[in-house]
Amino acid sequence: MIPERARPNKSALKSWLLSDAPASAFQARAGRIYSGCLDFSKNRSAVLGLSIILFLILIAILAPRIAPCDPLLTDLKNRLQPISPKHFFGTDELGRDIFSRIVFGSRLTLYVVGLVAVIAAPAGIVIGTISGYLGGAIDTLLMRITDIFLAFPKLILALALVAALGPGIENAVIAIAVTSWPAYARIARAETLTLRSCDFIHAIRLQGAGPFRIITGHIMPLCLSSLIVRVTLDMAGVILTAAGLGFLGLGAQPPSPEWGAMTSGGRAYILDYWWVITLPGSAIFVVSLAFNLLGDGLREVLDPRKGY
Amino acid sequence: MEDIIHHRRIYRTLNRAVGMAAMVGATCLGLLLATFLIGRIVPIDPVLAVVGDKASAEVYQRVRLELGLHLPLWRQFFIYVKAILSGDFGVSVLTARPVIEDIARVFPATVELAVIATLIGVFSGIPLGIFSAVRQGSLLDHLARIMGLIGYSLPIFWLGLMGLMVFYARLNLLPGPGRVDVFYENMVDPVTGFLLIDCILAGEWGIFRNALSHIILPASLLGYYSMAYLSRMTRSLMIAQLGQEYILTARVKGIAEWRVIWGHALDNCRIPLITVIAMSFGSLLEGSVLTETVFSWPGLGQYLTNSLLNADMNAVLGGTLVVGAIFLGINLFSDFLYEFLDPRAR
Repeated sequence: MIPERARPNKSALKSWLLSDAPASAFQARAGRIYSGCLDFSKNRSAVLGLSIILFLILIAILAPRIAPCDPLLTDLKNRLQPISPKHFFGTDELGRDIFSRIVFGSRLTLYVVGLVAVIAAPAGIVIGTISGYLGGAIDTLLMRITDIFLAFPKLILALALVAALGPGIENAVIAIAVTSWPAYARIARAETLTLRSCDFIHAIRLQGAGPFRIITGHIMPLCLSSLIVRVTLDMAGVILTAAGLGFLGLGAQPPSPEWGAMTSGGRAYILDYWWVITLPGSAIFVVSLAFNLLGDGLREVLDPRKGY
Repeated sequence: MEDIIHHRRIYRTLNRAVGMAAMVGATCLGLLLATFLIGRIVPIDPVLAVVGDKASAEVYQRVRLELGLHLPLWRQFFIYVKAILSGDFGVSVLTARPVIEDIARVFPATVELAVIATLIGVFSGIPLGIFSAVRQGSLLDHLARIMGLIGYSLPIFWLGLMGLMVFYARLNLLPGPGRVDVFYENMVDPVTGFLLIDCILAGEWGIFRNALSHIILPASLLGYYSMAYLSRMTRSLMIAQLGQEYILTARVKGIAEWRVIWGHALDNCRIPLITVIAMSFGSLLEGSVLTETVFSWPGLGQYLTNSLLNADMNAVLGGTLVVGAIFLGINLFSDFLYEFLDPRAR
């Protein structure tokens, strides 16, 4: 049966989606996504997390329109001004508008989060699935390397890497990505080990599929859900690490409006001017909390076995 | 017959010990390789760092030979491993002292902070986790979950600054950054390096009280992170235990509920809990990098950051190696405890 295109009746669509006996693969998939969305939308904190992240993305896109001032414009006559209608969040030690800086800082945060996810997750999944599927000496070698990376505490390894590569936001991203992939490789390997001996994989192999096709076409898609959960939960930590590197002066360099670096810049003024560090730090907290909430919610929807 | 079983057991234990030793050796070598390679990718020319940029070509060549930089990479690595194994981590450019001495001097401050933080975490997090597990869905359970979530999301350096702002600047309840007030500094002989213990040994109670008031804020902040982690883990461990049938049996037998919870169930969480506490202690050593910077705490974290900002690579890599080795040691120690305490693993 081919699904009809136009579905004016809402309840008909719903019963089509939630049908116990889907007539096509498309219907089954759509139904699964729909019921996943239903589960997800019941989890209020996860929805809150997702909305904060979507809001952040919106702010980042519209930054030049939202921010009233140039985030880099210094105005020494108006330094350390308190909160006022002209400066919603006050001004910092060089007279820059803190609200505008936080708004533009959202771009840097998303940049770091996005790049780390794009670099570390694929690296982890490729190494993990290859290691788990092929087994033997390759598995031992790859897992030894993973163990070595896991033996280092993340922040310390990131610090050493940044020290070697030189400070800067790109190098901070590389350092964080290098410290993040081993955990993903472990997860992907564990999933692969349970999938490897499944009947459907044997069946595909009997049909003549090679390891490359089995790994990319059949194992990787099934590892995705647990990986997405882990990556989302990790993003909170990535934000904190990036902000920490910025705070130590090893991440984004001044004058760029990175939230951690802003907190560091305002350190000398905390005794008399509370807004200079309170607000950038709250921004870090809110975004990192949003990723934690979303990750917890996704875990319940995608990965009910491991939830506790 | 019993003899054979006995022999087999010894053989198995030995076999496992050898396997473990090989694994530890490989990981240690990997750690060394990682720090060595990080040291190699530095854009700073190590020769120029020694001779300066005005040196003649001959001097440059000579120093290059002395540092062994003309050798192939694997031989350089071999020399590096040999030096590290004999305790030679190189000389810090910043302090002009051997890195290993510097680390030995600053490390007790970090451990002192981490130990007190862990104590705070253990004594607040574990009871909280137990209570949340017993009364699932109660107000305190929700509160614990929210506090945990906040703990996972707060930047520690920011929380430290806010703590200083509130308790030091506004309320004036606690002293500012540092390990003791400036005029007390260097007044106690560093016997153990742990200031609080040194004060007790010297009988300097005034300084002891001062040092204690300095450590409260950073230790409670780190302790909060430890509590967030420990209460979450304790909760899930306890829930798993409370669902077991032996708990039902104990209850049916009429054993008091508090004994079922604190005796039977908690006893069976003991071993995984030790691992969890060890892990949290390790992550406190890591978290100290940022906390120590905020609180001007003269420990390993501050030493690492200072060296980093001054491109003092010997010190950075030495510190990284030490922390990595401690991490490895903590993992091994908890594995060992597992084997030792859990009769099923024997």
